[in-house]
Amino acid sequence: MSNNIIDQCVAQGVPFARDYAGYLDNRSFGGAQVSRTFYARGQTGQQLLLGAYSALSRQVKAGTVKLFERREMLDLVVVDGVARGITCRNMVTGEIESHWGDAVILATGGYVNVFYLSTNAMGCSVTAAWKAARKGAYMANPCYTQIHPTCIPQHGDQQSKLTLMSESLRNDGRCWVPKKAEDCEKPAGDISEDDRDYFLERKYPSFGNLAPRDIASRAAKEQCDDERGVGPGKRGVYLDFADSINRLSEDTIRERYGNLFEMYEKITDENAYKQPMRIYPAPHYSMGGLWVDYNCMSNVPGLFVLGEANFSVHGANRLGASALMQGLADGYFVIPYTIAGYLAGVKPGEVKDDHEAFKQSADDVKADIDKLLSINGTKTPSEFHRELGKIMWEKVGMARSDESLKEALKLIPALRDEFWKNVKVVGTNEQFNQELENAGRLADFFEFAEILTKDALNREESCGGHFRTEHQTDDGEAMRNDEDFCYVAAWEFKGAGVEPELHKEPLKFDNVKLAVRSYK
Amino acid sequence: MKLKLHIWRQNGPNDKGKLETIDAPNVSPDQSFLEMLDDVNQALAIEGKDVVAFDHDCREGICGMCSQVINGVPHGGQERTTVCQLHMRKFKDGDEIFIEPWKARAFPVIKDLVVDRDGLEKIMQAGGYTSCHTGGVADGNALPIGKPIADYSMDAAECIGCGACVASCPNSSAMLFTGAKVAQLAVLPQGKIEAQRRVMAMTEAAKENGFGNCSNHYECQASCPKGVDVKFIAKLNREYMKALVT
Repeated sequence: MSNNIIDQCVAQGVPFARDYAGYLDNRSFGGAQVSRTFYARGQTGQQLLLGAYSALSRQVKAGTVKLFERREMLDLVVVDGVARGITCRNMVTGEIESHWGDAVILATGGYVNVFYLSTNAMGCSVTAAWKAARKGAYMANPCYTQIHPTCIPQHGDQQSKLTLMSESLRNDGRCWVPKKAEDCEKPAGDISEDDRDYFLERKYPSFGNLAPRDIASRAAKEQCDDERGVGPGKRGVYLDFADSINRLSEDTIRERYGNLFEMYEKITDENAYKQPMRIYPAPHYSMGGLWVDYNCMSNVPGLFVLGEANFSVHGANRLGASALMQGLADGYFVIPYTIAGYLAGVKPGEVKDDHEAFKQSADDVKADIDKLLSINGTKTPSEFHRELGKIMWEKVGMARSDESLKEALKLIPALRDEFWKNVKVVGTNEQFNQELENAGRLADFFEFAEILTKDALNREESCGGHFRTEHQTDDGEAMRNDEDFCYVAAWEFKGAGVEPELHKEPLKFDNVKLAVRSYK
Repeated sequence: MKLKLHIWRQNGPNDKGKLETIDAPNVSPDQSFLEMLDDVNQALAIEGKDVVAFDHDCREGICGMCSQVINGVPHGGQERTTVCQLHMRKFKDGDEIFIEPWKARAFPVIKDLVVDRDGLEKIMQAGGYTSCHTGGVADGNALPIGKPIADYSMDAAECIGCGACVASCPNSSAMLFTGAKVAQLAVLPQGKIEAQRRVMAMTEAAKENGFGNCSNHYECQASCPKGVDVKFIAKLNREYMKALVT
């Protein structure tokens, strides 16, 4: 399917890199030992998105798609167990709108902003997926979160988000930290070759700097925990291009990554051609999401979930470039075929927005908004979000333990209760109100964070993006427990503060034998 | 750092709007411009005042949402930089900063610094695509594309659609935006086939949606956060002429 995707994007006019013969060029990427990834400068994802946007624009012109801009889905309307539509807030006027449909498709992205600081855009939230979960859709494997190794380290407490630099940088950059803790304050150039620890090459000689994301991230954290981190707060490791610049020339490196080096300089005021970059892992992607079957339909008939919003495809870990693959595959090549089977069995327009369920849903949404606006406490949504993020990052982040997770399960509900008593949301519903938007999204993150943590506590093994400190080998590698945990954990929400119900979907492997992949 | 901000406040497209002066007493040089505004809003919210509305999303300079005219220049005047990537170390203690929304008739103000850029979408919908259906397309390697052409197309495709080109233009022209898309597709074999229809339709849509003609000030290129070159306006004109005479 990935070949079809590339062909489709080429036909849309996505300007992929070409070699001198005119053929599509490839390069390597994290988790792969061969060059097999198509690319468009350092912004492949952006260009694929723009390709999809242009194809969408064509459909809008053709009248087959109607765009509703600046709307936020605030409820899923379910009638007799079947998804029939959604309730939205018009973010400009505050109007609550009902939209009916013979099926509902969510393509609403992932939830790692539950950590507050992440590489996701500020508008990313769990809200649409969570509203569906509140209406009975199962949330599967929420503890599988990906922490991306190549992000710019945090500069201070006022930071609002972390910036990802393309993983492709690891193709030509070498990760290292000083061997001795006392060298950490020195400029990188003053540390001799012998005093540098190229930790990825040391630990994983065959993959080296291209070790998969979870492994590279944890290795960076290990070095910093060992007091050998660099930069502010010593939470950072070097990504050094000096060797590649010597081997290939600065121009070649500029051609490959010029935009990333430029971005890095804007943020840090450092020139990475002259001194190594500093990087640190940050939450980047959620492998978990709403449970779906092979047709991308959730357990609520008529509700389809695509892309990062669903849990499928990646398992516990996602490798470079495959989120683009999944998003485009689900949208271009899966749903057009699978939704047809569902639509064939429904009578079009059987339930429309005049059904009382839509009115009920709109009333519920209004009541939630009124509640948020009426509390008038002393702390803003952004203060609460930072606090929640801190709990999640420290207790439910890159390394999780029974103890830290149980602490989080005390802290999250307590903070949630405080939120509902003490949040201050200024303005009204009937206006463009970003404070209200943020408060609503945060309310959903609070409920969701608890399920994510419960899932992490339940999964007594280390697996992909989920690392339990109790379950590791002697040299610190993740240790799975296929005997007891070879299943998808699909959680059914039963209400805030109520124990969710766990549904297990066993993972069966007929043709491959489960094994541990070694990156050494 | 202590800064004095003059921020445009406007409640909707029909409100007259005015500059409001707000102090930012505790700004760190490592903060981004938007993080500085976050702090301003935090203080306003605690006082129970209406916060400053501004568009933003990715905060890494690629989504094209942030849209502020800072001291008269869209995105603040640092070369090839969006507002979200502008950092406070570019300012000095005691500076007064004027912050306004994109100003163009084609971009009505929604609130404060938030504008409606639907006009750019209308230009895209008029022809910013190849008319291929999903599925059933040819192998991507069936049409070899020379590296210089692919690179030229990619240069044009850098556009993030923020609208700074329009906001900086004395004539509110969207020709850099339109030219970038026209050029990106016109040079590729898969886009060439529709080049004539595309350039006519997109130009027409730009006119209909209130954007002006190019007046050769080159302000668009100067303010473009992606450094999209005005040579793509020349390309747009050339494609337009070609379409007119054939």
